[in-house]
Amino acid sequence: MKGMTIIVKKVTQFIAPIIFIFGLYIVFYGHLSPGGGFAGGVIMASSFILQILANGEILDKLRQEESGLEFLESGAILGFIIIAALGLILSGSFVFFSNFLHNGVIGRLLSAGIIPIENIIVGTEVCAAITTIFIALVVYKDEVAL
Amino acid sequence: MIPFILCLILFLIGLYGIITQKNLIKIILGLAIMEYSVNLFLIMIGYIDGGTAPIFSEKFHISSYVDPLPQAMILTAIVIGLATTALLLAMAIRLYRKYGSFDIRKINSLKG
Amino acid sequence: MNALIPLYVIVPLASAFIMAILGRLIKNFGKAVLILELLFLTCLTFSFILNSQGTLVYKVGGFPDTGDIPIAIYMVIDGLSKLLLLIISVVGLLTALFSSSYTREYTAERKFYVLFSLMIAGMNGIVISGDIFNIYVFLEIAAISSYILVAFGVEKHQLEASFKYQVLGCLASLMILLAIGFIYWGTGTLNIADISRQLPYSAHFVKFVSILFLVGFGLKAAIFPFHSWLPDAHSSAPSPISAMLSGVLIKAIGIYVLFRIFFSMFALSYQMSVTFTVLGTLSMVIGGLMAIGQWDFKRLLAFHSISQMGYVIVGVGIGMILLTTGGSKTIAAFSIFGGLFHMVNHSVFKGLLFLNAGSVEYATGTRDLRKLGGLAEKMPITASTSMVASFAISGIPPFNGFFSKLIIIVAAVSAQYYWVALFAVIVSIITISSFMKVQKYVFFNTPKRSYKNFRAIPLPMKFSMIIMALLCLLLSMLVLSPIRDIFITPAVDALINTLQYSAAVIG
Repeated sequence: MKGMTIIVKKVTQFIAPIIFIFGLYIVFYGHLSPGGGFAGGVIMASSFILQILANGEILDKLRQEESGLEFLESGAILGFIIIAALGLILSGSFVFFSNFLHNGVIGRLLSAGIIPIENIIVGTEVCAAITTIFIALVVYKDEVAL
Repeated sequence: MIPFILCLILFLIGLYGIITQKNLIKIILGLAIMEYSVNLFLIMIGYIDGGTAPIFSEKFHISSYVDPLPQAMILTAIVIGLATTALLLAMAIRLYRKYGSFDIRKINSLKG
Repeated sequence: MNALIPLYVIVPLASAFIMAILGRLIKNFGKAVLILELLFLTCLTFSFILNSQGTLVYKVGGFPDTGDIPIAIYMVIDGLSKLLLLIISVVGLLTALFSSSYTREYTAERKFYVLFSLMIAGMNGIVISGDIFNIYVFLEIAAISSYILVAFGVEKHQLEASFKYQVLGCLASLMILLAIGFIYWGTGTLNIADISRQLPYSAHFVKFVSILFLVGFGLKAAIFPFHSWLPDAHSSAPSPISAMLSGVLIKAIGIYVLFRIFFSMFALSYQMSVTFTVLGTLSMVIGGLMAIGQWDFKRLLAFHSISQMGYVIVGVGIGMILLTTGGSKTIAAFSIFGGLFHMVNHSVFKGLLFLNAGSVEYATGTRDLRKLGGLAEKMPITASTSMVASFAISGIPPFNGFFSKLIIIVAAVSAQYYWVALFAVIVSIITISSFMKVQKYVFFNTPKRSYKNFRAIPLPMKFSMIIMALLCLLLSMLVLSPIRDIFITPAVDALINTLQYSAAVIG
C-alpha cells in the first residue's frame, strides 16, 4: 500500500496522539461517564488505523507486529477472566465476578472496585483486536490485488 | 409509533438486500442494515420521553433515567456484530481470491 | 457443589487464551491443554450427575439479595443441562483425541485448538445459563468459532459453505435478538424463570415471539424448512469438526434451547407442539429421502443428521402434545424419554460415523463413494467401528439406536399417532438402505483403482473410534431402569414438570 501526501502525514502526526489520549480518557472514566472499555478501545484503535492509512508504506513492517498484537489481545482476555475468577477466591463465598476491591466514593476516579481495572483491560483488548482486524483485511486486499 | 415503523422498514430493506442481491459485499451490507435495525429497536424499548442518561448522581431521581439494560444489551450486540461482519468480510475476500468474483452465481462448487 | 458451576465457563475460556499465548512457544501445548480440559469437564459432569439432585442455581456478581426479583446473571443446572453437559464433554473429549493427529496438515494448527476450546466454552455457557440474553451471547461465541472452524482448511468449497452458514447463522441470531427485545419489552426481565412467571401477557404476543424463537433456533438446529445450510457446512468442515457440529453443536445451540424455551419459559401450547411434531416428521422424512442419492460420504451423513434430529423432535413433540391435551402423563414421559435418549445416541453414533469418514479421507484422500472400495481389509478398525455405527443409526437390535427408535415408535403408537409411527418405521428402512450403500461402496466393493499415498491411521484416531463404538453398545444399557434413573430420568422430569424450573430458580 502506498502512503499519502506529506500534508496528510504531517496532519496525522498532530492528530493521532490527541485521538489516542481521548480514547485513554474515555477508558479511564468509563465507570463515571458514558463510554468505557469498548468505546475507548475503538477510539484508540482508530488513531492507529489513521496512522497506517496515512503512512501506508509501514504496513510491511506491521505484518511482523501482528503476532505481538495477538499476544496482547489474548493476554488481555486472560487478564479479564483471571480478575473475574479471583472473585471466586477473594470474596470468601465463591462468587464469580464479585467486586472484591473497596468501592470508594461515588464520582472519584479511584472508585467502583474492579470495574476501572476491567475497563482498562477491555480497552486494551478492543484496541488490539480492531487494529488486528484492520491489518488482516488490508493485507488480504493487497494480496488479492497482486 | 412512527419510529417503530421506520425501524421495521429498515429491517425489511436489509432482508430484501440479503434475498435479492447477487454480490457478496451487498449481502454483507444487507446483514449489517438488519443488525442496525434490531439494535435501534432494542434502544427504543428502553427510551423514556425526557429521560436522562442513567448515570448515578444527586441531581436526577432514578425514575427519570432511561432503562440502562437495553443499552448494555445493544453494546454487547454491537460487539458481536463487529466480529461477525469482520469475519464475513474476511471470508468474502478469501472467496474472491479463490473464485475471482464476488458474484454468488459463480461461486457454486457445492450442489445437491 | 453450586460453587463449581462457573468452572464450566471459566476453564474452557481461560485455557483457550492460555493456548493462544503459550501455544506458539511450546510444541503440542494446545492439544495437551484441550484434552486435559475436556477430561476435567467430563469428571466434573459425572460428579454433578452422581452427587446432586434437583435444580442448582448460582448467582453471578454477588449482588445483595432482592427477594424474588432476579437482578444478577443466573447460572442454572437441572437434569436436562446435566445431560447436555455430559454429551458435550464426552463427545468433545473423544473428538479432541481424534483431532490431535488429524490436524497435523494445517499450518495454523495452534488456532484450531483455541477455537475448539472456545466452541466448548460457548456450548457450556448456553447450557448452564438461566438468562436468555446470556444464551444469545454464548450462542454467538459457539457459532462464530464454528464458522471459522468450518472454513479452517480454506479450500474453495469450505469457504463457500462457511459463507452460506454464516449468512443464515447471522439471520438466525438477529431473529433471536429481536425476540429477546420483544420479550424484554413485554415482561421487563431477561431471566427465564422470571419471564415464565410474568408472561401471561397476551396470546398474540406470545405467539409472535414463539415464532421468532422457532425460526431463530430452528435455523441453528437445522429442522426441516431451515435445513439448507447443514449439508454444506457439515460436509465441508474438517472431520473432527463435522463430528462436533453434528454430534453436539446443533443439539446444544438449537434443540436444547428450543426445549428450554418451549417447556420452561412459555406455557406449553397445543399449536406449538403440533408444529414441533409436524416439522420433526417432515425433517425426518425429507432428510432421509435426500440422503439416498448422495455420493459424498460426509454429505450423506449430514443429511442423516437432519433426519435423526427429526426423530428427537418427534419424540419430544408427541410428549408435548400429550401434556397439553391432558393425555396420559406416563406415555408423555415415555415419549420424551425416547426423544432425549435418541439425542444422546445420535451424538455418539453420528460422531463416530463422521470420525470414520474422516479417517477414510485421511487414509485415501477422497470421500467420493464411487472412488472408494475394498477398505475392509486395509482399515479393519475403521471398517468394524463404522459397521457398528451403521447398525446403531439404522436401528439393528443390540445397539443403542434400536432401543431409542423403538421407544419413539411405541410411544407414537400408544399415543395413537399412527402416521408418525409409520413414517418413523419407513425412514428407518430408508436409513438402513443408505447405510448398506455406504458399507458396500466404501468397505466391501472392489476398488476402481489402487490407492496412491495410502496413509496408515495413527493410534489416537483408532482409540477414539473404538471407544465410541463401545459407547454405541453400552448406551443401550440406558433402557434398564437403574441406569436410566441416573442419567436420563432427571432430564425427562425437568421437561415434564414445567413449573418446577421457575419455582426452583426464583424460589
